[in-house]
Amino acid sequence: MTSSPYFSLAVLFVAALGFGLAPLGLAWLWAKVYSPAKPNAIKNAIYECGLESKGDAWVQFRSAYYLYAIIFLIFDVEAVFLLPFAVAFTGLGAAACVAMLVFVVMLVEGLAWAWAKGVLTWA
Amino acid sequence: MAVEEGLKIELGKQGVFVTTIEELYNWGRRSSVWPMQFGLACCAIEMIATTMARYDLARFGAEVFRPSPRQADLMIISGTVTKKMAPQVVRLYNQMAEPRYVIAMGACAISGGPFKQGYNVLKGIDRYIPVDVHIPGCPPRPEALLQAFITLQKKITGQPLTGEDRPRHLDAEAQGEFPVPHQGEHDLEPTANKGVWTVPVVIR
Repeated sequence: MTSSPYFSLAVLFVAALGFGLAPLGLAWLWAKVYSPAKPNAIKNAIYECGLESKGDAWVQFRSAYYLYAIIFLIFDVEAVFLLPFAVAFTGLGAAACVAMLVFVVMLVEGLAWAWAKGVLTWA
Repeated sequence: MAVEEGLKIELGKQGVFVTTIEELYNWGRRSSVWPMQFGLACCAIEMIATTMARYDLARFGAEVFRPSPRQADLMIISGTVTKKMAPQVVRLYNQMAEPRYVIAMGACAISGGPFKQGYNVLKGIDRYIPVDVHIPGCPPRPEALLQAFITLQKKITGQPLTGEDRPRHLDAEAQGEFPVPHQGEHDLEPTANKGVWTVPVVIR
């Protein structure tokens, strides 16, 4: 048998297998002896914040939500424009003030339109 | 215990290291206690200070504060436990991996402290979960928390692997579930876990 050219390969294969499996087996044995599992309903709960989970996580949002999000975004960006205007307010003339008012009124008009269309109504 | 302490030191001088499984096991456990990352009140500020460079809890192997109870060994009750919060604290304790330990930090956590008369404050977290080390103080200084931590390490070192005094996690019979109280009409129900806390007898 030792004359077979594959004998050394077989020995290496068994050694490699042992090299991989021995640590796994030892780890399994160690866990079995030195840290027996103590599962219970509270421990196996999914949520980890100390609170109990309520309802189902598989809820769906209507795609029309994007309109809601866009309106929020518009007013979010508006604040960016309003801030430099407000900072320089004392140094500005009536024309700038009117221009800003027109800008805000246009956005509010859009909001009123969306409101009338029922975009702000949830679900 | 085959080798006595004096001989062990003598062998150590000669470069021979002798140990037992129990010693090695407890050395590993006490040197890698991972606290859970949560603070309840002002004591948490002192707890945070303890972990930072000046007091450096990392010296004792406990710098890894885990945000998940599954990865934590040690629960530091740092502050007032309100009755609203107590069920969450007990549930988190239940979700921690064994072996798990509890340090009750500060007057509030051990007894309710200055808020003891309050209708909304739990008079000590030891009513629901077994506490290993109590630290008095309002708040305790970081040194006090370090002292409590060293005390806990000593306790871990002293736990044998077998026999009556072995830690709960090595006892296959002992269950790790501690009932979570719920909000009753006037108080938490039950008002205490009878298994871990009994009404103290006042001797006058």
